[in-house]
Amino acid sequence: MGKKHQTPLLDELKKGKWISFVREMERAAEKSERTEDLLGQVEESYRDKVNHWKHGGMAGVRGYGAGMVGRFSEFPDKYPGIKECHSMRIIPSAGFFYNTDFLRKLADISEKHAGGLLNFHGATGNIQILGMSQAEAEDVFQAVAELGFDLGGSGSDLRTPSCCAGQARCEFANYDTMKICRHLTEEYLDELHRPAFNYKFKFKFSGCANDCVASAARSDLAFIGTWKDKIKINQEEVKNYKKKFDVQKYVLDKCPTKCMWFEGENLVIDDENCVKCMHCINELPKALKAGDERGCSILIGAKAPLVTGPRMGMMLVPFYDVNEDAKNDYEWIKSLISNMWEFWDEYGVSRERIGELIGRVGLNTFLEGIGLEPIPEMVEHPRSNPFIKFTEDED
Amino acid sequence: MAEEVKKKRLTDIGPHDYNEYLSPVIKKNYGKWAYHEILDPGTMVHVAESGDKIYTVRMGSPRLVSGSFVRDICDIADKYCGGHLRFTTRNNVEFLIEDEKNVSPLKKDLEKMGYNVGGIGNIVANIVHTQGWVHCHTSASDASGVVKSVMDELYEYFIEDKLPSKVRIAFACCLNMCGSVSSSDIAIVGTHRKPPRIDAERLRNLCEIPSTIAACPTNSIRPDTVDGKPGVKVNEETCVFCGSCYTVCPAMPIANAENDGLSIWVGGKVSNARTKPTFSKLAIPFIPNDPPRWPGVVNAVKTILNEYKKGAEPGERVGEWIDRIGWPRFFKLTGFPFTKYHIDDFRLAETTMNYSSHARL
Ligand code: HEM
Ligand code: HEM
Ligand code: SF4
Ligand code: SF4
Ligand code: SF4
Ligand code: SF4
Repeated sequence: MGKKHQTPLLDELKKGKWISFVREMERAAEKSERTEDLLGQVEESYRDKVNHWKHGGMAGVRGYGAGMVGRFSEFPDKYPGIKECHSMRIIPSAGFFYNTDFLRKLADISEKHAGGLLNFHGATGNIQILGMSQAEAEDVFQAVAELGFDLGGSGSDLRTPSCCAGQARCEFANYDTMKICRHLTEEYLDELHRPAFNYKFKFKFSGCANDCVASAARSDLAFIGTWKDKIKINQEEVKNYKKKFDVQKYVLDKCPTKCMWFEGENLVIDDENCVKCMHCINELPKALKAGDERGCSILIGAKAPLVTGPRMGMMLVPFYDVNEDAKNDYEWIKSLISNMWEFWDEYGVSRERIGELIGRVGLNTFLEGIGLEPIPEMVEHPRSNPFIKFTEDED
Repeated sequence: MAEEVKKKRLTDIGPHDYNEYLSPVIKKNYGKWAYHEILDPGTMVHVAESGDKIYTVRMGSPRLVSGSFVRDICDIADKYCGGHLRFTTRNNVEFLIEDEKNVSPLKKDLEKMGYNVGGIGNIVANIVHTQGWVHCHTSASDASGVVKSVMDELYEYFIEDKLPSKVRIAFACCLNMCGSVSSSDIAIVGTHRKPPRIDAERLRNLCEIPSTIAACPTNSIRPDTVDGKPGVKVNEETCVFCGSCYTVCPAMPIANAENDGLSIWVGGKVSNARTKPTFSKLAIPFIPNDPPRWPGVVNAVKTILNEYKKGAEPGERVGEWIDRIGWPRFFKLTGFPFTKYHIDDFRLAETTMNYSSHARL
């Protein structure tokens, strides 16, 4: 096949053992001509060391304020195929489980109406179809909707929630991450599709403290599975592990609160001092299991650097009985979320994430606003400076 | 359903029901898994309380894939997995296999087709990354090309288990950091070094001045009068080249071919196991863009990985290793210079100083 554009620099990235995205772009270009122009423009970026996308310009689907990201080439005359090269975000199936029937149909859609390129998945967890024009957006939307899939979030809205594989294929899961993820996505479709927030808001659900979806680093509200009662110990299996490796050195000595020890042959855990970090369970999966009183912790405020610096999620609710709340359609969590969003709506400014708002007004003001009491789990330690602002109601 | 959607142009149909995509064994044992075992860096088995098993084979993916790639993995899943497969958070493909006999033929087929099997255990995981020059206008560097170059170099660590613990590398092409980049064992981040250029004419038409001013984390943007009309000016003394203004105002482009590049950060983690989640810390403030294979970045990552492999104890993540040996020794071992840029001067800078007499001398 004669290539439309020569790409000597990109060709260097077809070498080596790791699967090549350039090869993928070329395979897409075989079926979707406009992707040849994309290759041409990316080659030009490789030569010039800058990207060649224009900033500005909108793309969208009627009835939605989100779900498409507009992209326009800086050189529409030279690369007419990517004059418009928008991407569409599609809500994934929870836990990223699919069957081949759906995936094949989606591949067909991407080749018929767009550049034949997809992301599994975008950073937020959407499926993305890349390289369509505004005129084609409606067709893609319709075709995707006929497969039973809907558009995801973008802009200042609720972003597409995501979760770990959880109970579907992981023994560590303390609650049904996929179920709550789907339920809350459904509950807040309007917030997802029609941006009306100060800025983006993200939910992510991990079944345990390993936090496979990195919820505590990148979601405004992170749900991290945990348990309240005792870790269940199978002493026989502990003995088996002891034969295989140095359990004292690699498990007990690394427990952050040193709450495990051996009494004779038996492993003992001071569960009151366990912080549910998962280390021992990760290392001894056949011997140790979380207790029966399971739920999750809720951390608030994580975000990437812009605008006022990165934040990690901070403890808001140490134990939320999500398994009980699931029986009431997650009523408790929904009321907490609506309190939060009201507070954010009232006091937040444009482009201020909820973590930044809390940083600005102080945790106490936020807690009062949403109706939660301060508790010691929320802090690393009590204040050490004496500048206490006593309030009138102390008199 | 499809008919109704077509006729009425239904919107807001919501998330698809995942139950439709769960294989029979997964449906039956949902929430009743007992334990798992890693069989090799490409394979694990989960065993349910009922004794049922599901095998998983993990395969690397560049995330940006063609329709043909999708059909390739579908062919495999149809042949061996009853049509069931999933993706991981780090963009890997996972084949879910009920019959153990299918595991090695499946892996052989994948290898024949040139796909990479691995990524489980104490390995270098697939690099989560962003769009770069392929699809984003704020990028200070490409994403896919850097990731490809680094993964080629570290390939042996994806397919073999020979590191002290897992090493998660992440890439973002600008400070927006789409993805959990800022808390990775090794993070590679696109970095600008020059202030935005202001196109006064376009700014008047395209940008809202108050929101442009508010976008700046360092209050470097001030209202200004240009040719008697409202505009903005940037205080170049305080600008930190973050590009936030460009995100809200297209008339303030910041990309700069000669001055854009990449920075390297280390020692972050997001899991709570043992130690608390932490951000990655600055190792190298700037490496110029050197496409198409980015040797500067590749060598820096390799250097960190080699020292980590030599020095860390089994089970120690990169950040735990550095905490144990201390930052001065990290810089000595890697040979990376410690510069004025390593000392924080932003919002929480004061909290990062050494308030003690502790020093490893
Ligand atoms: C016009 C500007 C921007 C464009 C075109 C853009 C583009 C993107 C794209 C394509 C993704 C992946 C989407 C997905 O996975 O569904 C993404 C995710 C993300 N963006 Fe942006 N972005 C922009 C502005 C920003 C800004 C201003 C910030 C932060 C202040 C930001 C932070 C993020 C983060 C943190 C993610 C990943 C979220 C996650 O992993 O959950 N982006 N962005
Ligand atoms: C040993 C038992 C473990 C099992 C069975 C396990 C299982 C998994 C699974 C199934 C995924 C993919 C999740 C998804 O895509 O939704 C995953 C990813 C992840 N795991 Fe684990 N995990 C284990 C231990 C750990 C540990 C000890 C850590 C951290 C120290 C960890 C951190 C992560 C992270 C950050 C991810 C996301 C990145 C990725 O998809 O590769 N996991 N793990
Ligand atoms: S977060 Fe925990 S429960 Fe979820 S997949 Fe990871 S290890 Fe399993
Ligand atoms: S979960 Fe963590 S804190 Fe609790 S006993 Fe195990 S290692 Fe210790
Ligand atoms: S990290 Fe920055 S440049 Fe890269 S895709 Fe995200 S917004 Fe664009
Ligand atoms: S690049 Fe960042 S610091 Fe500089 S003016 Fe723009 S927003 Fe402010």
